Amino acid sequence: MTKFSPAESYAPEAEELQLLPIRFENLAGDRYLVTNDVGDYLVTSRGELNQIVELNLRPGDGVYERAYSRNFITRKNNQGQLQLIALRLRSRMAFLRNPTALHIFVVTLRCEHSCPYCQVSRRSADKSRYDMDDETAHRALDVALSAPGTKPKLEFQGGEPLLNFSLIKDLVLRAEEQGRLRGKEPTFVITSNLALLTDEILEFCKQHDISLSTSLDGPEDLHNRNRPRPGGNSHQLAVSGIQRAQEILGVDKVGALMTTTEASLERPEQIIDEYVRVGLGGIFLRPLSPYGFAIKTKWIAAYDVQKWLSFYERGLRYILDLNKRGLRFTEFYAAMLAQRILTDRPPGYVDLRSPAGVGLGALVYNYDGKVFASDEGRMLAEMNDRTFELGDVSTDTYRSLILSDKLIDIVSSSLTQCAPMCSTCAFEPFCGADPVYHHATQTDFVGIKPLSDFCRRQMGILRLLVDLLDNSPEDAAILRTWAAQ
Amino acid sequence: MMPLQLSGPMEGVVGFSGTQRTVLRLLEPFTEGPIGPSDAALVRETDDFHQALVRNFATAVTIGCLPSPQAGLQNVASLPASFGYLEHGDIVRLDLQARKVRSLYRRNSPHNYFLVTERCNHYCLMCSQPPRNVDDGWLIDEIASCIPLLDPSLRSIGFTGGEPFSDWQRFISLIGLFGKSLPNTRIHVLTNGRIFAQSKPAAAWAALANPNISVGIPLYASTDVLHDYIVQSAGAFDQTVHGILRLKDKRQKVEIRVVLHALTVPCLEETCRWLSRNLPFADHVALMGLENTGFTLANQQLWIDPDDYREVLAASVQRLVEAHIPTSVYNLPRCVLDPSVWPYAVQSISDWKNAFLPVCDSCAERPRCGGFFSTGRPRFSRAIHPFPSKVN
Repeated sequence: MTKFSPAESYAPEAEELQLLPIRFENLAGDRYLVTNDVGDYLVTSRGELNQIVELNLRPGDGVYERAYSRNFITRKNNQGQLQLIALRLRSRMAFLRNPTALHIFVVTLRCEHSCPYCQVSRRSADKSRYDMDDETAHRALDVALSAPGTKPKLEFQGGEPLLNFSLIKDLVLRAEEQGRLRGKEPTFVITSNLALLTDEILEFCKQHDISLSTSLDGPEDLHNRNRPRPGGNSHQLAVSGIQRAQEILGVDKVGALMTTTEASLERPEQIIDEYVRVGLGGIFLRPLSPYGFAIKTKWIAAYDVQKWLSFYERGLRYILDLNKRGLRFTEFYAAMLAQRILTDRPPGYVDLRSPAGVGLGALVYNYDGKVFASDEGRMLAEMNDRTFELGDVSTDTYRSLILSDKLIDIVSSSLTQCAPMCSTCAFEPFCGADPVYHHATQTDFVGIKPLSDFCRRQMGILRLLVDLLDNSPEDAAILRTWAAQ
Repeated sequence: MMPLQLSGPMEGVVGFSGTQRTVLRLLEPFTEGPIGPSDAALVRETDDFHQALVRNFATAVTIGCLPSPQAGLQNVASLPASFGYLEHGDIVRLDLQARKVRSLYRRNSPHNYFLVTERCNHYCLMCSQPPRNVDDGWLIDEIASCIPLLDPSLRSIGFTGGEPFSDWQRFISLIGLFGKSLPNTRIHVLTNGRIFAQSKPAAAWAALANPNISVGIPLYASTDVLHDYIVQSAGAFDQTVHGILRLKDKRQKVEIRVVLHALTVPCLEETCRWLSRNLPFADHVALMGLENTGFTLANQQLWIDPDDYREVLAASVQRLVEAHIPTSVYNLPRCVLDPSVWPYAVQSISDWKNAFLPVCDSCAERPRCGGFFSTGRPRFSRAIHPFPSKVN
């Protein structure tokens, strides 16, 4: 008596199968990356890719199973997978439900450092001209608190924002008070080189739960070479600032960013070791961006994408090895991309989104009251390119800024979902639109991708990560824990 | 190794004229409190009889061999001594035509569940409760009649089948009734979830608005063909996935259940990867050891020694945990589990069929161990061994 049907009787007829939208890209040799809109991915041979595209599949051949469980194929008239994809796409785009969560206040453009790679074009004097005044600050705060989110993040930048700490204090107190009235809970970050950090400032930060974000370029000689200041003691002040902040505010309340210069390229391990030594939980290996003094001084031109990618890979592999030896230390950019590859959680990082994060992710209130769609947008303005200037706090409201024709034009013309060469790119679901970068380098919000260093860098890192996830189980396990953070 | 006897023949029946089937709550005759029409005196010795008469019980249920001085009592049912576990407040069903008794509810057990129907649109290869195509709609009425007899402090109750939503309107009404009477009781329903691929049942379920209800839905693979084969029903995967999404869209609690056997284990890690990617909002995932009973007895090719999937199970649990999905491992003793899985291993086997082996007597982990099923024809892993007591 056979009352059970065999497995074959549940196999689809050939004409029942249907291909869902996929993209693919050759990785190397006979290895192809196949992805869909929600970031399901698979590495296949060319033969397997052909099988999928031609629907030449049978349950049990392994390819059917892998393609089906990545939502690359379905059966006609099935609903479950389509609903899954729709739901997951909604999750991946959920950042749109909470527009403009980040508000950057440039409280001064003055800085006591004189970094040759300064991308914001800091000024060394003229307090009255380059400090934000109270009235401008209050109007900017009003715009910021008019954005829909209930937990806006307010970031104080410069220049060196601690040169205008009295304004930060005023804004924090005011934001807390107005937040209570408007049912909002603002959080605060100060982006500072920490050279001017005092106990009084730390005490204020502790009372108001303010995080600190600073710059640490690596070991003392490298850091001080990149970041000159009177006294030549930038490194010493940064490190002691980090350590005092860790002590008083807590280790999770202070983070550091590094900027890669030509002198960094051969020293990724030393740079990372310095972060570990100082007790930081991770590092963001960052290239120079094509703005401000970095262009004037030609530091940006001192290395190309390939050199930077080699540096990045060396650094990442070193960090992965540290983790294998039991240290918990994260490379934040890889973590962010791993999150894009392995989960549907919406990206917090404004530069890895499409629709682009300009305006929708962040607004920047410049010291002079001008409002920009991104931090890089105000950097361009210091270079006399006002493309990303959306308005002025003295005349505009949140609504008029966010619904301005200018912003709508920038966002709608830079969607990776339909930009040439992005729309067909297998890495698109993991990537984002950077209209500011492409405008700065190609005077076009989309840009010609084969000429884009942004694109080359993204592709280089993503290929590396896919390779690690696919071929190196131990590294993959570490990347998965980063993605889950 | 024997499970508690939940059903069996009665030894004698007197009275109950005109009744086919009846539900009785058993009460110790020496306790105070009102006596309703569904209450029966629980009689273990002659004194109980006298007391039952004094308290004007109309019905008595006797356990073990007793002389039968039932004068004055209208109805008396006699059960064999194997039902001696029945206690004050428990509920039984007497099938008077077939002269059978079934325990429906044990007040002091944490593992009570109601069988809603034996009908099912699945025919799972390893079903522990093989479905029958019978007209058993009376079961829902019977459960409804039990509700007023339940202890109001009941912490949790299960509903199982068959497919409880076979007659979804009546079943959802029953759960509504249950929730009104026992608003603080957690309700867990085992269903294949396919009914919720339709919008009306999903809406009706959500409309109960009871935060204490959850459904447990099996999903055995990340591909349609394998899942459909295991449950022996074409289109099952598609409808179940769709149903889960509809329930979650309406913010209902959904648990995913994966039974571990020779067909699911080879792709278990992939299934868990798929779950973490596609259903990370699942409220709970249970990876469940196989109970060697029911249809599994006819499909012994499904048996796999848990020792052979120790590493796979550990990696699979890891996948779910990384995605922050609350995860449990059910039905497996600790000695077959990788220590990394222990924090997720739960004592899940219902008390009436949970057992241990003689070798377990000396095991230091026994108080925390899930033990074994005593039902069907238990099969045991080669890896079973006691853990020595830690000497520090």
